Amino acid sequence: MIGLTVLFAGLIILPHFLAYHHQDLLIFTTINVLAVCSYRLVTLTGEWSLIHAVMMGVGAFTAALLFLEFDMAMWFTVPLAGLVTAAIAFVLCFPLLRMTQFYFLIASFAAGETIRLTWVEFVGIFGGTGGLVGVEPPIVGEIDFLDPIPYFYLTLAVVTVCLFLLYRIEKSRVGLTMHAIHWKAPLAESVGVNAWRYRALALVTGSFFVGIAGAMKVHYLGSVTPNQFGIGFMVFILIWVIVGGYTSFAGPVIGVIVLTIFDESIRSFEEVRPAIYGAVLILSILFLPAGLEGLPARLRVWFGIGNKHADPKLTEH
Amino acid sequence: MALLEVSNVTKRFGGLTALNGVSFSVGEAQIHGLIGPNGAGKSTMFKNVAGFYTPTEGSIRFAGQEISGRLPHHIAELGVVRTFQETTLFQELTVLENVMVGTHIEGKTGLVSAILGLDRKRQAAARARVMETLDFMGLTDRQDQLASELPLGSQRALALAIALASKPKLMLMDEPFAGMNPEETNHMMDLTRKVQASGVTIVLVEHDMKAVMGLCEYLTVLNFGEVLAEGTPADVRNNERVIEAYLGGTGH
Repeated sequence: MIGLTVLFAGLIILPHFLAYHHQDLLIFTTINVLAVCSYRLVTLTGEWSLIHAVMMGVGAFTAALLFLEFDMAMWFTVPLAGLVTAAIAFVLCFPLLRMTQFYFLIASFAAGETIRLTWVEFVGIFGGTGGLVGVEPPIVGEIDFLDPIPYFYLTLAVVTVCLFLLYRIEKSRVGLTMHAIHWKAPLAESVGVNAWRYRALALVTGSFFVGIAGAMKVHYLGSVTPNQFGIGFMVFILIWVIVGGYTSFAGPVIGVIVLTIFDESIRSFEEVRPAIYGAVLILSILFLPAGLEGLPARLRVWFGIGNKHADPKLTEH
Repeated sequence: MALLEVSNVTKRFGGLTALNGVSFSVGEAQIHGLIGPNGAGKSTMFKNVAGFYTPTEGSIRFAGQEISGRLPHHIAELGVVRTFQETTLFQELTVLENVMVGTHIEGKTGLVSAILGLDRKRQAAARARVMETLDFMGLTDRQDQLASELPLGSQRALALAIALASKPKLMLMDEPFAGMNPEETNHMMDLTRKVQASGVTIVLVEHDMKAVMGLCEYLTVLNFGEVLAEGTPADVRNNERVIEAYLGGTGH
């Protein structure tokens, strides 16, 4: 509790010490935290999808269209974007959840590309490759949310609420059942678990939250294009989750934050940035199979400090 | 009336007939053995009853209700629960969490009530059932250990605990004694009798003849997908055709 209070106090004063473009980065990083945490929910049942980035785009396009075509304020576009994204995910459950593992992974990628190409081809509605522009955050009295600091506070509030909800779900019986399906679906079914229903629930709920993340992004950035949410961004989500670690709730959050700071710090080596990034991914898989979250336990093993039996696997749970 | 009635069940996979017109019935609170050489169709029979396969022909009635062709989780809700060959557990969950999943039918909850904590009463009841089951199986001391870290005997007891936590009326046990030493076998036999005594009907597929003869009140012998013989363990033991099937046609 004290830790959380300190963390929030830190986050509230943080933007005041940052340069303008770092304030932007802070907002996008906060949104990306929601993207990876919602992805974690999707992966709880053991099915890794490649459609999550596109689902974030669905949220962004929905919010943009509601703002531009129906003149809706952000207070309505954001929750509606979540609901629309969830509804599309639900429809996709019917074909996608007939498959598992590798087949599911590839099919989810194909479904995502179909959606993305719809944005590219239907120029009249989605603006083609140029996407949609002119989306704005609201102005409330004296506060203009186009300023990074108020928008950051708003984002922080939305993401905190979403993270709390995601955490509650994971720690509840619903989360336990999803874990159980991951480890042994037939055993779970034999004691009455409807595995399809829980796989669908994970995909739909995860998509709801990433839809909100997409909507939050478009209202600050002002524009949305199909390429923003392609396989490139999906790979980033995967890297954040894998490097951060996916055995606990905090892992992906650590992954986003550490890698974003790292990425910023190597900004001056523009040409070799992707190479460095790739090297970090490979090294982390080799030496930190449990991700950054497993680092303290690993250090204890490497340096023989404290409890010698501290196995990263045991410190979880 | 019998609790489980299997009549004329045939299961074909393409050109292969795994079960051919199999019929047997299981009385309430019995331990009924399903034995036979490898490949006789015992596990296929189990999967048909538990809903993992749909019979090509025939009917399976549980407590008077037709269940063939239903999904596994529907059949589980009616009170038919299976355990698996080898040790099938949620390896990376703790013993307590494993049994908690077993109480799914009693404790299942919606997303909203999970978030708001509206299901507290329900979860408390499920948790009480978990503690009771752990105690019953002698696993209380190990509740916080990961399932993968348990010794074999305890893993099998845990598999039984997961099934038992769902309050089944009929439990289908698939080779629970495989690979056990005599001491573990004895312990498992005691546990199986305890489960029966609590009012659960058991169908047991098993190769360990000591366990089968010691536990079962009635046996059905399968061979090449057909019923070869049935009766009490004493009858079956002396049946010429059974001896021949097991010893491999010694003939003259």
